[in-house]
Amino acid sequence: MADYAHPEVLVSTDWAAQHAGDAKVRVVEVDVDTAAYDEGHIANAVGWAWNTQLCDTVRRDIIPKDQFEKLMADSGIGNDTTVVLYGDNNNWFAAWALWQLKIYGHKDVRLMNGGRKKWIAEGRELTKDAPKVAKASYKASGPDYSIRSFLPEVQKATGSKSVELVDVRSPDEFTGKILAPPGLPETCQRGGHIPGASNIPWAKACNDDGTFKNYDELKSLYEAAGISGKKPVIAYCRIGERSSHSWFVLKYLLGLKDVTNYDGSWTEWGNLVGAPVEKGAAAAGA
Amino acid sequence: MKPQDYSETMIELAGWSVRLTTYKLGGRYISKADNVSPGANFAKAEGVTKEEAESRVMEIAQRRLGRTKTMPI
Repeated sequence: MADYAHPEVLVSTDWAAQHAGDAKVRVVEVDVDTAAYDEGHIANAVGWAWNTQLCDTVRRDIIPKDQFEKLMADSGIGNDTTVVLYGDNNNWFAAWALWQLKIYGHKDVRLMNGGRKKWIAEGRELTKDAPKVAKASYKASGPDYSIRSFLPEVQKATGSKSVELVDVRSPDEFTGKILAPPGLPETCQRGGHIPGASNIPWAKACNDDGTFKNYDELKSLYEAAGISGKKPVIAYCRIGERSSHSWFVLKYLLGLKDVTNYDGSWTEWGNLVGAPVEKGAAAAGA
Repeated sequence: MKPQDYSETMIELAGWSVRLTTYKLGGRYISKADNVSPGANFAKAEGVTKEEAESRVMEIAQRRLGRTKTMPI
């Protein structure tokens, strides 16, 4: 069995338990459920709220560089700190945070494999104690948008056979049967998918315990849908967090060179006046 | 504090597959419902017992799932 292309981007729950208190390590929890951190978190971990601390709260965007630098510094993270991210929903927003850290050039950032779910299932210690954080100094680089796609690039890709679009939502969202995941508010006007996209739901990359499938399984999964890395890949979902998870798999576990996350995703495309929409299953050969 | 009594149970509510994940933490049971596909948590509740937490989360989940519209493809 081949190893991941970049195995250094993952740590186990064992590793996190042993190193969460190290001076040069900062563990950060980022959850979909922003109240989960306060239920109990890994000792010494700080918590980031995706919807206020990792978003521009005025316009729709990731946080600006100066706010990112402040967040990192306030979290006790210096440029040479190893950041270990974990969260609920198999690391959806932890992966989204990792993607932002890479946009702003943080060198050593990793995911805790299996996320909060695995930590809890293993019965590991949680605390409500706030970590003692000494403010650090942080200088971001970038933004490096070579890992981010914006609408014009996606529009160009729809008419091209030279870019692969990967829709990582559920089959029911992809076909247009539903406008949002069951039980969640609808946030778009139209259902369906971007013409030409392949549907490879994010969860297919995970084992039942929340960890990532091995390299060979992941390679087979994507190659079966025609994603081999010979062409640039754009991943998208509904708001960009699930696609960050798949982006992470494609870029760091499989080692594809040119993969971007379209964080505008379906909430942008599905609300866009005049945008072409495909419904039902993907067209054969698309 | 250590999470205890972790369980995952698959059920069907309002015509949708739902996974209940329940555990005891700090003397309370926490139960969360996710929609399996795509796996998003969309309801959470607490209770003194596992049954109480799960009963509450199912009530919330049922209500939210009932608002999910399906469209013709």
